[in-house]
Amino acid sequence: MSMTIDEKLGIDKFHVDEGYAHIEVNKGASESDIKLLTRACPAGLYKYSEGVLTFDYAGCFECGTCKVLSADRVVKKWSFPKGSFGVEYRHG
Amino acid sequence: MADKFNVIVVGGGVAGCVTALMLAREGLEVVLVERGNYSGAKNMTGGRLYSYSLERVIPDFASVAPVERRVVRERISMMTEKSATTIEYLSDALKQNGSDSYTVLRASFDRWLCQQAEAAGAMHIAGMLVEDLIINDGKVCGIIAGGDEILADVVVLADGANSQLMERAGLRTKPIKPSEIAVGVKELIELGAKTIEDRFNVASGEGLSWLCAGYPSGGKIGGGLIYTNKDSISIGVVVTLSEFNETELSINDMLENFKRHSVIAPLINGGKLLEYSGHLVAEAGFSALAKPSGSGVLAVGDAAGFVMNLGYTIRGMDLAVSSAIAAAKTIVAARDNLSDINALDGYKGNLEAEGVLADMKHYSNFPSFMENHRIFGEYPEMIDGLLADLFVMNGSKPRSLVSKLLSAANKVGVLNIVGDAIKGVRSL
Repeated sequence: MSMTIDEKLGIDKFHVDEGYAHIEVNKGASESDIKLLTRACPAGLYKYSEGVLTFDYAGCFECGTCKVLSADRVVKKWSFPKGSFGVEYRHG
Repeated sequence: MADKFNVIVVGGGVAGCVTALMLAREGLEVVLVERGNYSGAKNMTGGRLYSYSLERVIPDFASVAPVERRVVRERISMMTEKSATTIEYLSDALKQNGSDSYTVLRASFDRWLCQQAEAAGAMHIAGMLVEDLIINDGKVCGIIAGGDEILADVVVLADGANSQLMERAGLRTKPIKPSEIAVGVKELIELGAKTIEDRFNVASGEGLSWLCAGYPSGGKIGGGLIYTNKDSISIGVVVTLSEFNETELSINDMLENFKRHSVIAPLINGGKLLEYSGHLVAEAGFSALAKPSGSGVLAVGDAAGFVMNLGYTIRGMDLAVSSAIAAAKTIVAARDNLSDINALDGYKGNLEAEGVLADMKHYSNFPSFMENHRIFGEYPEMIDGLLADLFVMNGSKPRSLVSKLLSAANKVGVLNIVGDAIKGVRSL
């Protein structure tokens, strides 16, 4: 029952705020800083391929890992989603 | 809404709900503000709730609260990729009221706790993010939420390990360092009650806690965990953030490796993933905190760093409850002069009285002891080497037990082992 991380996120419930990205990233950050987040982000939202960072805030657990590791480097802005938006754990 | 509350509690987790409950019982006007659509919506646990703390607030809570299973089987393992060495402890003492512990799932448990606070008279606002604190002349006087100002004599920060308000309140003077905090991921895997009871050898309503060092975290500081719930198991991995500088594995790789381990795979075989979650674990504890209270503000639970990772167990929710009790006592004692700038100065003394600080201080060297890489990398290999010598028979020439011990120990260095043993015992 090995699943990819995106398949796992597909099972979770998110109220995505389409109009507001609560995290903004710096695509010009160093490769080593970006790769650190590809390993540490529990939702696997930092993806790096062929030298390009892609990031989608939609599956975010709002845990703060990327903020603690990379504030002002890869992470340009970090805030919580607005009230009632974001991940909603049904079990926790 | 009232013009001004006595107390605003930010965050509807265990610490926030218990604080609101106790204050409402004393007749204070208290509002609990939660950014999720219900208490627990943003919360997850990779641990269990030791009952002694909540028993003091809600006696016999386990008979009415949505708990999962009482933990009666404690297991710890040292794991390498191909082996596991396990210690298991069972005792009637683990089943006694007040010294027992329960697995819980936070979406249901926190919601129940919040309902208790509401029933006692606390006001509850869900789906509202607290964006900022109102601070006048150094005193916290309220919050800004949803663009509106809400005033109070006291603001209690119960907004968790990833609190965005602790620094603003002046309770944390420096940002959290990657070496002071860990990230945990968890899968909730449905197996059904009967399968759980068969596979983990537990009776109905009873369960197991299992912490694994070594391989689950790729030999880095951290570990793997398994807890049994009613119909599902929680399986997860926790890793200190600074460790990701020293590994090629992602946290999800580590979890998948752990799940594929030959000791674990049969236990979760055929299960269905119900939820995947992630959260920070404030594991450097209280030492990472500037102070627990200021003028008009105090911090409880994870926000204040009241978490202890001792390797064989992780404590957080019981400390959340105990710190909430201390916070409520502080506020109630000062209820007639809550607007004084020094009204909350008694909090530290109450944290001492509730045992929170004593526990944190007693184990204060343990986080740095656990930072020793030998514990997660070399010791599991050493123990595997020793036990393989004892148990794996392949016709080779026998050696004395002493030489087996020494050959396993020499790989790590005998002096290192002695030194680590002394440090480990002292830090406990």
